[in-house]
Amino acid sequence: MTDAGFVIAAYGVILGGIGLYAAMLARRLRSARDASRHGDEVDAER
Amino acid sequence: MKTRILGFVALAAVIGAAVNGLFVVPADLNQGDAQRIMYVHVASAWLAYSSFGVTALAGLAYLIRRDLRLDALALAGAEVGVMFTAFAIWGGMMWGKPVWGVYWQWEDPRLTTTALLLALYIGYLLLRRLTDDPARRAARAAVVGLIAAVDIPIVHFSVIWWRGLHQGPTIGDPSRILNPSAPLQFVLALLAMLAAFTLVWVYLLIRRYQLARLEWQLEEDARRGRVRAAQQAAVSRPAVEEPAR
Repeated sequence: MTDAGFVIAAYGVILGGIGLYAAMLARRLRSARDASRHGDEVDAER
Repeated sequence: MKTRILGFVALAAVIGAAVNGLFVVPADLNQGDAQRIMYVHVASAWLAYSSFGVTALAGLAYLIRRDLRLDALALAGAEVGVMFTAFAIWGGMMWGKPVWGVYWQWEDPRLTTTALLLALYIGYLLLRRLTDDPARRAARAAVVGLIAAVDIPIVHFSVIWWRGLHQGPTIGDPSRILNPSAPLQFVLALLAMLAAFTLVWVYLLIRRYQLARLEWQLEEDARRGRVRAAQQAAVSRPAVEEPAR
């Protein structure tokens, strides 16, 4: 692999990984908020 | 809303710093383009230290104040730190192969202690799954987080204490602050990447903290639901008459 190949592999994995982790966090946060809201509605019905 | 704005600012900063590091700053005379990996590698390593520092300090504060919000912060630091440590190792391997000729060398103290740091904090995250009791989990994790933090200065100073393949410290050597050995353009590009990564780090830490608090709230709701269901089942169960003697 050339130097450019190593640079692309390093930047690609690191920046891509950060983006992926941020997206995964946003998705987990959204589903946790939905679950929390659903729980509040069930409590209110009781 | 403020966190979302921070996210967009961090994204723009990382794009700017990456374009600068990849296309604007000239290649190193000796190492060529491979040296450009230094910007993301050092920034990742520095934020890994910072993350585990947050975990240790929040854990210590938890042991003193017993506030579960501090445990959520400690968890956020550990998870984000594991990610940045993995990226620092990956960046180091991609830089090491063209410059040293090898991806990895177990005899190198910096590489080995960094691998140990990663293993310690993966262990920290696994340990948290062993119990459902939030207070017990937080206390155990705080102790492990504090013990694991001993490895942070060992990783940092390993390049000074022992001989290996890895170069000396890029950041933190007081004798080089006003007279850096690298060209100014390289130093500025590194500082720009460090600033951009720090913005990303703060954003991720806030989001992971928010998620940890929500998850804890959901756990608490589920526990209350189980107790309520058990109480209702006990009330609706027909009373068992005692046999006549």
